[in-house]
Amino acid sequence: MNPSHANTFDARDKNWYLDKGFEILMFFCGISAIVFVVGIFLFVFKEGMGFIIHDMNLGEFFLSPKWRPTSLNQPTYGIMAMVAGTAAVTVLAMAICLPFSIGAAIYIAEFATGKTRETLKILIEFLAAIPSVVWGFIALSIMNPFIIKTFDVPMGLGVLNSALILALMAAPIVTSIAEDAFKAVPDTYREAAEALGATRWQTIYKVVLPAAKNGLLSAGLLGVGRGFGETMAILMASGHSINIPTSVFDSFRALTATIAAELGETAVGSPHYQSLFAIGIFLFFITFLINMTADFIVRGVRKG
Amino acid sequence: MFESTLVNQRNDQVQKRFKMIFGVMLVILIIPVIIIISTLIIKGSPSISWPFLFTDPTNGMTEGGIFPALFGTIWLVIVSLLASVPLGVAAAIYLSEYAPDNLLTRLINLATINLAGVPSIVHALFGVGAFVVFFQFGTSILAASLTLAIMTLPVVIVSSWESLQSVPRPFREACWNMGATRWQTIWNVVLPNAFTGILTGVILQVSRAAGETAPIMFTGAAMFLPFLPNSVFDQTMALALHLFVVATQVPNVPESLPYGVALVLVGIVLLMNTVAIWIRMHLRGKKKW
Repeated sequence: MNPSHANTFDARDKNWYLDKGFEILMFFCGISAIVFVVGIFLFVFKEGMGFIIHDMNLGEFFLSPKWRPTSLNQPTYGIMAMVAGTAAVTVLAMAICLPFSIGAAIYIAEFATGKTRETLKILIEFLAAIPSVVWGFIALSIMNPFIIKTFDVPMGLGVLNSALILALMAAPIVTSIAEDAFKAVPDTYREAAEALGATRWQTIYKVVLPAAKNGLLSAGLLGVGRGFGETMAILMASGHSINIPTSVFDSFRALTATIAAELGETAVGSPHYQSLFAIGIFLFFITFLINMTADFIVRGVRKG
Repeated sequence: MFESTLVNQRNDQVQKRFKMIFGVMLVILIIPVIIIISTLIIKGSPSISWPFLFTDPTNGMTEGGIFPALFGTIWLVIVSLLASVPLGVAAAIYLSEYAPDNLLTRLINLATINLAGVPSIVHALFGVGAFVVFFQFGTSILAASLTLAIMTLPVVIVSSWESLQSVPRPFREACWNMGATRWQTIWNVVLPNAFTGILTGVILQVSRAAGETAPIMFTGAAMFLPFLPNSVFDQTMALALHLFVVATQVPNVPESLPYGVALVLVGIVLLMNTVAIWIRMHLRGKKKW
């Protein structure tokens, strides 16, 4: 090639530099999600580190049900009761939410068609849009009197109320992920089953459900993650007293709600303030693990 | 010749029964939305009026309106949009148009999933640790909005990525063949075609940001402020926190007041979602490819 041609093709003009510049800019914005996740961990860890090094007794932190950070003689920092309460509510909420959500997802994905399907999806989307604090308000003002009246108990705030609210909050997420899982099953599977004479239900039960199994599992896991992380609704629905719940009407306290209720009253840098950040680190790790596992399960399916 | 046998009939009946069971399950999920929204409308609408929307709360927040809270929520949402939309759309452009299929891209996707899964109260702790204490913004609109922006970033990234991906690849190839650079292609061809989809994501982000309480509680939203914020370094009231306060912290609140606040909040959020859904449907009808 003759040199003058090479020059015309190697046009490092304004547009070339603009292109490179934007590529680099987009790259830095692209990695922002990683920066923020690492940043969240570092900053929460930085604030909680003092407590973890000086005041925390690992055994007490995880095994003691006594959370008395403001006690003058001997403050104790035990989150066992809160973990137990949060876990109990999450399990109960999932037990309520999963069958209904998966049933609803089967209906939307396999039975409903056209306009009905669109309308149903929009209604589920609306359910997902209601803010957490409004759910908390509903727990206080609608569910609380309802539970008191129906079950004849003195207080309607507690495990049952929180679990019902949480089930309703998690339902749209679980439903839409479950529906995605059904949609990911190739249509050829269904066609093959129906060509063999299977009814639609037989196809769902014998072919679609087993094929979507992992997607459904990860939908459930994300529901659990939501349960552990939910803050405002649980703060308002739980009754917020430290207690290992023994019945569904017992009041309890969630990890998230403790942070929300106490952070405003602590002095920056005090052991109490730092202990709340330590709870935050614990929550970060739990939800991190749950999300990673859910993602791993789904991805495992796509590869296999 | 093709008459249904007894087995066929029984199978059909089983199928009908299951279809009904799943339909009922779905209805049970949807009924609460209808009950909740109608209760909010019935009990909340008497307290909603122009003065309710445009006056300050009075008498220890047991009377008066919600104007400072409404105004504050608008501030918080706008500032958080200014931060998260450019960043989120750019991140989506990188993932959709530039990113090779390598470990880094996989890590970015994992980080986005995790960012969406981090509990809102942990975002609040991050906001306190990073923006309020470390960067010394104090409890201010800026700190609260940035916390909200990071929290809602995955919404923008995922929805923008989806709309960028829905622009057919031949559009890009045609443009490259004309001698356009990558960026010229993105700016002149890909982004205009993905614009409505991105807009839908932004509206959904507004709806999400307007309803969040935990991330703003300790970073910039105040329970009660007798004046409106002047700059992003002031604290502000916010609608979501105001609902929490009048529902739990203030004694002797007339019952209709929190219902009114809840109705305004849900109204804003559902209106945003309706707009987003409308745009999406409109877009689907117009698409030529």
